[in-house]
This record gives sequence, C-alpha cells and structure tokens, in this order.
Amino acid sequence: MTPIGFFEIIGFGERGWGAALLLAAGVTLAVAICGFLVGSVLGSLAAAAKLSRNRIAAAIGDFYTTVLRGIPDLLVIYLFYFGGSLALTNVGRMLGYDGFIGLPVFVTGALAIGVVNGAYQAEVFRGAYLSLSKGELEAAKSVGMSRALMFRRIVVPQVLRYAIPGLGNVWQLALKESALISVIGLVELLRQAQIGAGSTRQPFYFFLAAAILYLALTTISTIAFQKAEERSMRGVRRAG
Amino acid sequence: MDLAFLWSTFTTLIEGVPLLLELAALSLAIGAVFALLLATMRLSNVAVLDWTAQGYIFVFRGTPLLVQIFLIYYGLGQFRPALQDLGLWWFFREPFYCAVFALTLNTAAYAAEIFRGGLLSVPHGQIEAAKACGMSRAMRFRRITLPIAIRQALPAYGNEIILMVKATSLASVITLMEVTGLAHRLIAQSFRAVEVFVVAGAIYLFINFVVTRAILMIEWRLSPHLRQPPTAEAPMKPEPAHARGA
Amino acid sequence: MSIAKALGLGVVGAVLALSLAPQDATAQSEWETVRIATEGAYAPWNFSNPDGTLDGFEIELARDLCERMEVTCEIVQQDWAGIIPALQAGQYDAIMAGMNITDQREEVISFSRSYAGTPHGFAAMAGSPLLELETADAPLSLDDDPDQVAATIEAWKPILEGKVIGVQGSTTNSNFLREYLDDVIEIREYGSTEQHDLDLTAGRLDGIFAAHSALKATQQKPEFADMQIVGTGMRGGILGRGVAVGVRQGDEDLAAMFSAAIDEAMADGTAAELAVKWFGVDVTPAE
Repeated sequence: MTPIGFFEIIGFGERGWGAALLLAAGVTLAVAICGFLVGSVLGSLAAAAKLSRNRIAAAIGDFYTTVLRGIPDLLVIYLFYFGGSLALTNVGRMLGYDGFIGLPVFVTGALAIGVVNGAYQAEVFRGAYLSLSKGELEAAKSVGMSRALMFRRIVVPQVLRYAIPGLGNVWQLALKESALISVIGLVELLRQAQIGAGSTRQPFYFFLAAAILYLALTTISTIAFQKAEERSMRGVRRAG
Repeated sequence: MDLAFLWSTFTTLIEGVPLLLELAALSLAIGAVFALLLATMRLSNVAVLDWTAQGYIFVFRGTPLLVQIFLIYYGLGQFRPALQDLGLWWFFREPFYCAVFALTLNTAAYAAEIFRGGLLSVPHGQIEAAKACGMSRAMRFRRITLPIAIRQALPAYGNEIILMVKATSLASVITLMEVTGLAHRLIAQSFRAVEVFVVAGAIYLFINFVVTRAILMIEWRLSPHLRQPPTAEAPMKPEPAHARGA
Repeated sequence: MSIAKALGLGVVGAVLALSLAPQDATAQSEWETVRIATEGAYAPWNFSNPDGTLDGFEIELARDLCERMEVTCEIVQQDWAGIIPALQAGQYDAIMAGMNITDQREEVISFSRSYAGTPHGFAAMAGSPLLELETADAPLSLDDDPDQVAATIEAWKPILEGKVIGVQGSTTNSNFLREYLDDVIEIREYGSTEQHDLDLTAGRLDGIFAAHSALKATQQKPEFADMQIVGTGMRGGILGRGVAVGVRQGDEDLAAMFSAAIDEAMADGTAAELAVKWFGVDVTPAE
C-alpha cells in the first residue's frame, strides 16, 4: 500500500527527508530559545511591575499577564505577523522613512513566542521572589548592603534557584508553541513535516517523525533543567 | 476606526462559540475521567500500570498539540482500510470527533498530573481519622479523599480549562468552523486581519474571564471551613498550611 | 486586576493601535528589489521541494519576469489564507500564487495583466456518486453563458445533494461553492489543496472542487491514479478573470512593470513554453 517506507522517508538517502527534518528541528530549537530569552526579559520586567508599589506599573503588569494567558497563542502569532509590520511601518513613517518595514518570519516568530512566554515567566519569577526569606533580606540590609548589591548577591541567585523548575515548564511551553510558527511560513519542524506530507502524501510518517523529534527535544531539555536544579540546590538542606 | 465593521465581525465570530464550547466541554469531561484513571495508575504501586501511565503522560505532554491533531487527523486518514476493518472509521472520518479525540488525549495527560498532585496532598491524618471512625474504603474516598483532592487541584485544573478553551482554536486546521476558523473566513472576505483577530481574541478572553470567575466561585463553595463564619466574634485561626497549595 | 478591566484596556489599546492604520503608501518610483510571495503548496503552479526550495510554473515565470524588469527578486513562502493581508502589511511587494483577478480582491489590491487561466471543477475518486455529474467537453463561462450555467448546476443538484465537498478556503473556488451550491452540499474548507487531496484519498470527502490545472497535477501522483475530473468546467464570474500578479494599491507602477514583462514573455513564447513544461498544455491567455 505504501510506495515509500517510514525508514526510507526519515533516512538520509536520495528520497530521504532526514537531513531536512533535522535541520528543521534545529530551526525549531533556535526559534524557541530566542523566544524564551525574549520571554525572560519581558517576564522579569512584568514580574517587577506586578510586585512594585506603583499602581500603574502593577496594573500594566497584570494586564499583560492576564491578556496574554487568556487568548490563544495562535491569535497572538497572527497578530504579531500582520500587526507587527503595520506598526513598524507606521513608526518608520513618523521617523521619516517612507517604505514598508517587514520583519523576517524568524524574528516575528521569536517575538510572538517571547511575548506569550514572558507572561508565564512573569508568574514564575513573581512566585520565586515571594518565596525569598524575609530574614535574609533583612540580614543583608543590616550588614549595610546597598540595594544594588543586595539585588545582585541575594535576590537574583535565590530567585533563579527557586524559579528553575517553573522555568523548565515554561521552556517546554516555548518549545511546543514554536510549532504554531509554522502558520506564518517559517520552515521549522512542523512546517517541514507538512511540506513532506503534502509532497509524498504520507502524512502519518512525517507527523510521527516530527512528534519523535519534538519528544527528543523536550526530553533533553527536561534532563538539562533537572541537572541545573540539582546544581543550584547544592548546599540547600532538603526537607524530609 | 470602523466600529460597524468590528460589530459585524463580532456577530459573525460569536456564531463559532457554541462549537468552541462543545469541543472544550466534551474533551474536558471525557479527559477528566481518563485523567483520574491515569492518576490512579500512577499511584497504584503496580509498576506496569505506573510506567504505562508515565509513558503516556510523557508522550502527550512532550509533543505539541498541533502535531497530535495532524497525526490523528491526516496521519490516521492514511490507514482507512485498517480502521474500516476494525469498525472505527465512522469515528475518525469526522473532523469533529478527531478534534475531540485529540483534545481529550492531550488534556488527560496534563490533568492526570494535576489530579495526582491533589490526591497526594490529602493529609495522612485525615485518612487515619476517617479509618478510626470506621469509614469503609469507598466512603473514605468519597467523603474525605476526593473532596480534599478536588479542592487542592482546583486552581491548577482551572488553568487547564483555560488552556483547553485556547486549544480549541487549533481545531480550525482540520476544517472545523469555530471562532478562529470563522475569523479566517472573514479575513478572506474583508482582508482586515488585525481587526478580525483582535475581536476573536476578545471573545476568547471573555470566555476565559467567565471560566476564571466560575472556578473562584467553586473554590469558595468548597472551602466553607476556611471562611469566617458570619456570626463569629473572634477571628478564625489562620488557615491550615495544607489548605492552599503553593 | 480583573480580566474585565484587562478586556476594557485591551479594546482601548486595540482601538488606538488601529487608529494608526497606514495611509496610502506613496509609490516608490524605483524598484530595485521585489519580494514576491507564493504559497508553495499548489503544484504545479508553485510547490516546495524536499530541500525546502520553491519550484513550479510561477517560480520559473517569476524569475524570467524579474530578469526582464531588471530587478532583484526574492521569492518567499506564505500560507494562502494570509497572503493578501500580509501583502498589505508590507511583508512583501507582490503575489504570484495562482491568484485570480476578482472584483472582491480588486477592492483591496491591484493586479497586473493575467498570465494564465484555467477552468475550475470537481474531482472524485472511483466509485463516488459524483462521477454521474453531467460533463460537457468545453468549459462554461459564468459571464457569457449564464443560462447554460444555471441549467448545468440545476442538473448537478440531485447528485450533489448532501455530499461533502472539500475546497481550499479563501479562494474563488470556495466562493463559487458558497454562491451556487451552499444549500445543497456540505462545504469543508482546507488551508491548502494538498490537505483536501489527502482527505479525498482518506475517504472523508465525496469530492473536491479546484482548478483543473491543479487537479491534473494531483492525478499524476500514484495514490490519485483513479481520481477523475468530473462535471463541466467553469470559468469567469466569481471564479475570476485569470491568474495575475497582485500588488498593493498604490504600487500600480509595479503592476505595470509586471504587465509589460508578461507581454514580452508571451510575445517571445517563453510563457507558453513554461506552461507546456509544467501543465502539459498552454494555459496562457489567448490574445
């Protein structure tokens, strides 16, 4: 029934799509990492805003996390794709540049992932900050640390430590969300699988191969985050 | 700003809401039953059951839902003769069933871990107390374990409900005309992508707002012992440590 | 903050953002590079090779036209459903994706002259009830033979009653089905023709409705060997006035450049040669 077998399709032979699929998995990883990093910046800013005593900043932080977690990621990606270049073009006009400004799909995709991911990271950072021991902060103050020094030496290391498990989960979200970037034409793993499925009419093999590669990516990153967590917990006494 | 266009967009897209709710409600309901089974398997202390459940959860949480949908819809479509022999084709023939199937399998994996956390959080003392009162296993589960576990798992499960409402937007890729599918059709006629997607986003946001409020209300109903009695003069003791998950 | 407030703020924000909607672009007189979007999933017009490169009639024609226009071209891939909004958003400058000129599209974008045209019709697998559809040798024009068209469609209706028909969404084909057969058939809309092809072999569809050129390419695949094109072909009217290059309104100079290049390519036989290479027949306009 099948004119071309599974192993031939995912292999590296003449009719094989193995190299293309691996390359696409690399694009998936790259766009997810960029998105995650953008999300880290936005997430820590949003967490700081939500924790601040400034009511306007807190409201903006809340607005951001509420909206981005309340609408489908697919819509966010479309809005970035269609709205992003419109907005950029308008900004360009204001600055006197008279043409259309488009962003490469990779950048659009990474930004869209980052904006959604930031909303989740904000909650992780906020939770981690709230679990800091008040005593340590007071101790730091009493030995005369400046705010900046206290932030660098006490707050950041501990927030990161508490945040690692949560960040691991949010990273997985970024990785899985990157599959949606296929809708704006970035040839990442799912898109490549779709191209293969359409071209060979063997959708099952291609989507199966894609699923296996995604699983490999999430497994490797889960292990990496576990190792990081173990490292960061050196010298921390565990309960029980 | 074209308010008339936004309004007509809204009235068109709102027609996709019943399908959206059907997809979300059906898959959440079936998925919850399946998840409870998986959570029980995880906690069964039978290695084979535990591993099977772990493997399932690993696969479905480790791959994107969109890939799962494509695999189930277009992938299984390739095996029609085999599915026909098994008498299953009537099910996989319909995009609606395929969407519910994919969403159900997906949410079950996430909800299983949430339920497992809830079941694990039931304080041992409570179970011992119930045993001491002579409650049977079944009664203990129904009266003590389940209510406490549900209360514990509710906030996390609320998030899962919201994720499922959002996930229904992916059903549009297999020809279902829910809100996102209708948005695409509308854009094909009006070519105004940003406005249409903003209105669609607002509809999802509103549904999730209602879901959030409903969850909060259920949480409130389920924790009468944590509220101040209306007639009490002295304030209640602070809530016990186990009452709220981190 | 509550979601209600967030919702309110969101609507205000969106209104502000939209009020910045772009004014008409002042036309650029000098085109040095032109970015052309294609779908990459519509063989033989345009499709993707295993290595991700684009190929097909329109890809080769685009390269030829760009040489004639003496511009550097970049061909990018874009899903069909968003191909016009993304043009308007400035992601690229032109569309060559088997897109027909229609009144509806002309309200928002401009077209060059047409470089190809093909009738549209049904296809079904062996054993489908659609094989009974009345089929005339020559295609009918929705503009020129309205009475014959109406009679043909009336004759189709009893056979099509309740059938599930797949069609690519946001196309002249889906518009045609909704205009003429909405109350007769169940229409399923797909993101690409490749997807409805897959569902046709899977047996989820009784038939598909697409351009004959694309259907003939599908027939070449081994799995579709017993697929048949059925029913009289249709053209014109809401099916469009031929495939052309789409550009933003305001870029009519670019459309004119394309038109001139197409004229040349037709005059020296290049266009017909490419058409025969990819379609097996000359699909370029007659005149």
